[in-house]
Amino acid sequence: MKRALLPLIIFLVVVGFLFVGLNLDPREVPSPLVGKPAPAFSLPRLDNADKIISNKDMLGKVWLFNVWASWCGACRDEHHVLVALSKSGVVPIYGLDYKDTRLDALQWLAEGGNPYVATAVDENGRVGIDYGVYGVPETYVIDKAGVIAYKQIGPVTEAVLRDKILPLVKRLQIQ
Amino acid sequence: MKLIFRVVTVCCLMLIANVWADEARPLHDDVAVEAQVRRLSEELRCLVCQNQTLADSHSELAEDLRQEIRVMAIKGMSDQQITDYLVERYGDFVRYRPPLKSTTLLLWFGPFALLLGGGIGLFLMLRRRAKSAENSPLSADEARKVNALLNKES
Amino acid sequence: MIPEIGHFALILALIVALIQGVFPIIGAARGNAVWMGLAQPAARAQFLLVAVAFICLAYAFATMDYSVTYVASNSNSKLPLQYRIAAVWGGHEGSLLLWAVILSVWTVAVSFFSKHLPSAMRARILGVMGLISVGFLLFMLSVSNPFERLIPAAMDGRDLNPLLQDPGMVFHPPMLYMGYVGFSVAFAFAIAALLGGELDSAWARWSRPWTTLAWVFLTIGIMAGSNWAYYELGWGGWWFWDAVENASFMPWLVGTALMHSLAVTEKRGSFKAWTVLLAICAFSLSLLGTFLVRSGVLTSVHAFATDPRRGLFILAFLVLVIGGSLLLFAWRAPTVGRGGKFGVVSRESFLLANNVLLAVAAISVLFGTLYPLFLDALGLGKISVGPPYFDTVFAPLMAPALFLMGVGPIARWKQATLPELAMRLRWAFGISVATAVILPLLLGHWTPMIGLGLFLAFWIFATTANLVYQRLRGADQPLIARIKSNSYSWWGMVIAHLGIAVFTLGVTVVKGFESEIAVRMAPGDVAHLAGFNFTFEGVTEIEGPNYSASRGHIRITKNGIERTLINPEKRVYHVQNMPMTEAGISPSVIHDLYASLGEPLDGGAWSVRIYHKPMVEWVWFGCLMMAFGGLLAISDRRYRLKGRTKPLPENATEIST
Repeated sequence: MKRALLPLIIFLVVVGFLFVGLNLDPREVPSPLVGKPAPAFSLPRLDNADKIISNKDMLGKVWLFNVWASWCGACRDEHHVLVALSKSGVVPIYGLDYKDTRLDALQWLAEGGNPYVATAVDENGRVGIDYGVYGVPETYVIDKAGVIAYKQIGPVTEAVLRDKILPLVKRLQIQ
Repeated sequence: MKLIFRVVTVCCLMLIANVWADEARPLHDDVAVEAQVRRLSEELRCLVCQNQTLADSHSELAEDLRQEIRVMAIKGMSDQQITDYLVERYGDFVRYRPPLKSTTLLLWFGPFALLLGGGIGLFLMLRRRAKSAENSPLSADEARKVNALLNKES
Repeated sequence: MIPEIGHFALILALIVALIQGVFPIIGAARGNAVWMGLAQPAARAQFLLVAVAFICLAYAFATMDYSVTYVASNSNSKLPLQYRIAAVWGGHEGSLLLWAVILSVWTVAVSFFSKHLPSAMRARILGVMGLISVGFLLFMLSVSNPFERLIPAAMDGRDLNPLLQDPGMVFHPPMLYMGYVGFSVAFAFAIAALLGGELDSAWARWSRPWTTLAWVFLTIGIMAGSNWAYYELGWGGWWFWDAVENASFMPWLVGTALMHSLAVTEKRGSFKAWTVLLAICAFSLSLLGTFLVRSGVLTSVHAFATDPRRGLFILAFLVLVIGGSLLLFAWRAPTVGRGGKFGVVSRESFLLANNVLLAVAAISVLFGTLYPLFLDALGLGKISVGPPYFDTVFAPLMAPALFLMGVGPIARWKQATLPELAMRLRWAFGISVATAVILPLLLGHWTPMIGLGLFLAFWIFATTANLVYQRLRGADQPLIARIKSNSYSWWGMVIAHLGIAVFTLGVTVVKGFESEIAVRMAPGDVAHLAGFNFTFEGVTEIEGPNYSASRGHIRITKNGIERTLINPEKRVYHVQNMPMTEAGISPSVIHDLYASLGEPLDGGAWSVRIYHKPMVEWVWFGCLMMAFGGLLAISDRRYRLKGRTKPLPENATEIST
């Protein structure tokens, strides 16, 4: 009797995992960069290609690093959230314009509003690779020491902002 | 005669072909580098695709990553170094060959443990059976039933 | 109107399936002949109703009725008719309907070919199949209705995924489902036997041809899918160990074990509990595959768009069907007798060992497929388990199984001796070892894997040849009579085993000796691979019914002699604006020459990938041989249901496998 129950037990364990799996997204890949220093970059700024922006410029403050592009549909969904956040002045947002053309990007900001203190232009996507970008939009929370504290894959929604990003930002700002 | 004519024609065609034909150039000149790119991109996962290797994917990110791998290969980095570089950025998820570590011990050795267990279990079972067990392949009752059924089939 | 008729037919089918699932089983338990008698008419009525629903959906596709959501999402007015029909199973809802149709086809077939079964047994079998059908019909009617209306109707459809617009789509899914669902028959037989407590040899004999037939379909289905991927995906791969491929491969492995186990149960009365468990597992794995494709739990290139409610429904269904049957198994299996005695070295032992190996292989595939999910669920990080893992693990697990394939059929039932076997197989062993060492050296490339693969392939060839030689030896009869004196099922086994050898040889050679180049080709350029010259003669633009294509012309010559012209295409399908590659392939017994177009480059040049794939066709031909062997085994006169009134002569019950 005991041995004959074995298949059933194994099956039930598998079912347990499958049940948990229903609520997991197999395509969301957690970043190994969380808890590590943000990869260095110095890139031309979107508004002025002659000026260079580097991650070192932001040392000493907590900031959001938002990867976006004018060709990215989901970026449109999060844009108003970012604009509202930037107006609140809680935390500065820097942008990374990923594999985009300058004109399209500028037009996008002119139309939708510009939530970014500054946007770095990553034309060939090299910096994107360093940050492990695989699905635009992505947003990183980076602390005063320049360490990545959190990565949001996909659009920043009001819920994500309220429940995850803002509490984290506040905690980091106190440190 | 016909044969000679044909041979001559073929030769002429070949000459013409040789004049016109250019060697197709490899897409990338360094064959060794390309082999390394191929080898690596077949074991790495495209992140934006459903379930494809970097080698098979046409997505833009896959193309960029292949290019990145190529650049590293040209620099002379080893397979291990290049893989590590990508794992640092994207995590173990990019490797279709999971690394051997504490969480994957079961994955790598589980099947062989199972094989061993199955083999031992089978052997013990066979030995026990060979000693005990009824000697008739079908019990008398069963045999009668089978025959009855076979007779009925029509 | 027509879609509503289809919808209504599904509702009626559900009611009929409930009748079919409930009354006969209760009737069988109580000995109520009237209730048991409901099974057969209900099965047939259900078949008609599901078929009506299917025809209604096909009609909606054929007439481009874009007021049906499912039609609007999976077809387009420009889609050619054959693909509009195939689009019926191109999405989640319709493929479920195909599932239900095929299940009812099998059910009706059982209802026709089960006249010789005891009425309680037949009632239970049809009842179990009715209950399975209830699950699928309920699933469709609750969260996956293919007849759901779209209001207002779409102007035109969103088109069938271009990947699926291929002749492969017409054959592969129906074949595969015939296999998957066909295991429901073996499953129903097993459950019926457990319910009735009649786990005897007769049960094994009845379910054998059904199991083999389902296995034949599954073999062909997997083969067709693999071949389709080979020419459609444009990189010459034919097996990716994708979650969904694995989902079809696991039931195949278990089904293979089941066929062999049934043989022993029928002939010797042994392994009964094990055989029942395999029958349950083969179908359970088919159901699990359905879950994996539709729940979004795993990523796969084949996955359907997902909806958590659907995942939950199927999971609940799995728990009921699989959990229930395993519980029944745990309750009843210990009472099953152990059957005939046999020695440690005997054909029974070899078959059991092969069973264990196949089961371990199937569990390992399942384990590897679900492992990322396990880790993720436990919060231990995300990993990917892909081809490098499966190739590494699977080969050592299957190698002993292939080796035993050579020994098993030669060993005696009950008791064999190792020295005797060794004597008989020494030549086969010598030949295969010699081939494994010498052949690669002649071809100029030796690796352990090539050596192992060739050894196993030639081992099976040689041992099977030995077996056939022993059986046909003796000059007292003409050869034809000697061939005929062996049963069809024995010949079926021989051919299926040779098919495995052909398959193994194909895999080994193509993996070990394939080569490829990636070149930039302007018109007139020549590339060289494996002694062939590939001349690129440029590209012409062509218009398909719903796509535009650049069609490349590549002339292949060897030593100045023209061999063939291949036409790889790069297509863009208009509606979804999706680029597709169609490889240009020149297949032959010796090798395939394969080219696919990459991207257009400057000056009329293209990037082109050219592959030389020696003996790759053997992979699929081997599968066809296995399937043919299965068919031959089914056609054995032992299983013929008509025109037999007396018990068979003793020699005809010879077991083949």
